[in-house]
Amino acid sequence: MEITSAPRPAHQDFLEKEYQYGFTSDIESETVPKGLNEEIVRFISKKKNEPDWLLEFRLKALARFSTLAEPRWAAVSYPRIDFQDIRYWSSPKAKKKEDAPGKIDEVDPDLLATFEKLGIPLSEQKRLTGVAVDAVFDSVSVHTTHQKELEAVGVIFCSFSEAVEKHPDLVRKYLATVVPAGDNFYAALNSAVFSDGSFCYIPKGVRCPLDLSTYFRINASETGQFERTLLIADEGSFVNYLEGCTAPMRDENQLHAAVVELVALKGATINYSTVQNWYAGDKAGKGGIYNFVTKRGKCAGERSKISWTQVEAGSSITWKYPSVILQGDHSVGEFYSVALTNNRMQADTGTKMIHVGKHTTSTIVSKGISAGDSSNAYRGLVRILPGAAGARNYTQCDSLLVGDRCSAHTFPTVEVQNPSSVVEHEASTSKISAGQVFYLQSRGLDLEGALSLLLHGFCKEVFKKLPLEFSVEAVKLLEMKLEGSVG
Amino acid sequence: MLEIKDLHVETGGVPILKGLDLTVKAGTVHAVMGPNGSGKSTLSKVVAGDPEYAVTQGTVTLEINGRPKNLLDMSPDERARAGVFLGFQYPVEIPGISNTVFLRTAFNAICKAQGIPEMDEAKFDALLAEKMARIGMKSDFAGRAVNVDFSGGEKKRNEILQMAVLGPRLAFLDETDSGLDVDSLRSIGDSITRLKHPGMALVLITHYQRLLDYVKPDVIHVLVQGRIVKSGGPELALEIEKNGYDRILQAAGV
Ligand SMILES: Nc1ncnc2c1ncn2[C@@H]1O[C@H](COP(=O)(O)OP(=O)(O)OP(=O)(O)O)[C@@H](O)[C@H]1O
Ligand SMILES: [Mg+2]
Repeated sequence: MEITSAPRPAHQDFLEKEYQYGFTSDIESETVPKGLNEEIVRFISKKKNEPDWLLEFRLKALARFSTLAEPRWAAVSYPRIDFQDIRYWSSPKAKKKEDAPGKIDEVDPDLLATFEKLGIPLSEQKRLTGVAVDAVFDSVSVHTTHQKELEAVGVIFCSFSEAVEKHPDLVRKYLATVVPAGDNFYAALNSAVFSDGSFCYIPKGVRCPLDLSTYFRINASETGQFERTLLIADEGSFVNYLEGCTAPMRDENQLHAAVVELVALKGATINYSTVQNWYAGDKAGKGGIYNFVTKRGKCAGERSKISWTQVEAGSSITWKYPSVILQGDHSVGEFYSVALTNNRMQADTGTKMIHVGKHTTSTIVSKGISAGDSSNAYRGLVRILPGAAGARNYTQCDSLLVGDRCSAHTFPTVEVQNPSSVVEHEASTSKISAGQVFYLQSRGLDLEGALSLLLHGFCKEVFKKLPLEFSVEAVKLLEMKLEGSVG
Repeated sequence: MLEIKDLHVETGGVPILKGLDLTVKAGTVHAVMGPNGSGKSTLSKVVAGDPEYAVTQGTVTLEINGRPKNLLDMSPDERARAGVFLGFQYPVEIPGISNTVFLRTAFNAICKAQGIPEMDEAKFDALLAEKMARIGMKSDFAGRAVNVDFSGGEKKRNEILQMAVLGPRLAFLDETDSGLDVDSLRSIGDSITRLKHPGMALVLITHYQRLLDYVKPDVIHVLVQGRIVKSGGPELALEIEKNGYDRILQAAGV
């Protein structure tokens, strides 16, 4: 007779995979001493040869920052950050001293190798097809591919610093028009010390022939990351924008406080997708990125459209509310989000849809997946202003719990000041049940396949919004992050 | 083909199966009957590998490629890919995933395991459409999320569709006849009969003779309190239908 032991808990058979982007690169960099003060701000501005108006902008923001208090209303908890213990500038040293990084043959080969290892080859021969990439390493844009193709149609896509140098009027016209320097604590901080980031301008009537993409890589330790992205879609233009991010595994927490501003003029469409995979800390919650980001778009012209799609799968703490100000009549705002938390991760994320113009519509689809001991909150605001006759909003908030130590919360706020508007809200909470997993396995799918199918099912509406190559990556990422946690 | 010996199973420390023996030969149809809560569904789920249940004693062997294999060593998906199928008493809903995607994924997982080339979407769609037509399922069920908002009877029919697509060698059908209207019962009964073949072993779990009118059983077993207390020919089902379990329980001393 054969005696078998208790059934093996099939779901625990998985080996925990390591965070695959957790390596560090040994790149010589130029940094400043820790601490935040006027001197540092002046240093950064000088380092970048900035015009006076921009230095002034920074100094004003710094003054504003010192009057603001760190926000505490989010459903996240972490020790107080010592803003004097952070380094506000780190730049990979150019191998040839006189050259700022820019042309591909002038980029440090070690940097190219780093991006290649991340799956983002930058050289002419190997670069990704169909996507122009701006690669940002620590605080500095390293290289932007496909410049020629974009120039041919008049699209400007370059690092923020280059834009300040070459297109100062455009930058000055739009900078901080969507996220004012004093908008909030972290936006003010960013406005004072932002290092670099991407700039993009799509001229009137141009459908951008390539997807544009920024890839953010944090490498340096004890250094804050403060990029700024400014994207302007002129009348009747169209662009798909993708954003990816990774960071090394480090024991200490790192602050990432970016600002992203989008402007869509009359009839323009901006689709902005993010797959966020910053290092999330280890299982016990040690290390990881504090991702405190302000992202906002303005549908300035009539019939313009801004769509945010995000897959938030990393960071120790995520504090992020990509929003749309629907100013133009008949403008459209969308927010499609999957936020996954596992282990000790905390996410407080959602959106704001501010309806100003008539017949504006917004759609919010939020999918929160919580596993392990994590906490996942949706926070949303739908505001219909008095002038927004005939405005509509549809909000759907779904939470999926994996295991029973995690938590999910939703904080939806609706403010309606125009009686002719229609606001709908639906919410659900479900669990990945062992019964579902067994059902799929009993049809021949292995555990990974079963999990993948269930995740797909839950996130379907959001994944449909992602460009194909991104959605494949997103599913893989979610699976990896959930391994070992269904049971 | 299937041999279960002295099977003891518990869940949450409560014993449910207490020394169950069952042998099913290829090409035969067995029916398992028994009072509510006697352990019929448990038996089928243990054969399929549900991790909710702990096997504390006994063996479950299935002949695979002419050799006996210990099923208890295999994960549920390995068993499925080796040809084990369970038609659930309570099929589970999978929101957001269409029947087509679900079945294609399962079908190709089995192809892959058997070293057969996977089927592309167009070919699979055609295969599925044909199977659905044969089973009498409207084509819009292909695009609907698996079992979500299906009626009780539709869920049962969907289980048979899955069996038709996956082509198992050993199938347990747990109360497939419950909740079916008379016409559906006949059509599903006929479908099951068409699906069986000499290389296949079929175990029907049922409370009534009515399904057995359409799918003729070779052997009937009566499962009571975690053990098979009586086995017999097709007439045993008729006797149970007429007299209930009292006499059998008395004779077995339970
Ligand atoms: N997961 C479980 N946890 C606790 N008890 C269980 C579990 N599964 C089954 N049982 C118990 O085991 C016994 C057998 O259940 P099972 O579902 O196998 O019965 P059944 O013969 O299929 O009954 P029915 O004819 O009503 O479908 C029942 O008393 C049931 O309550
Ligand atoms: Mg049962």
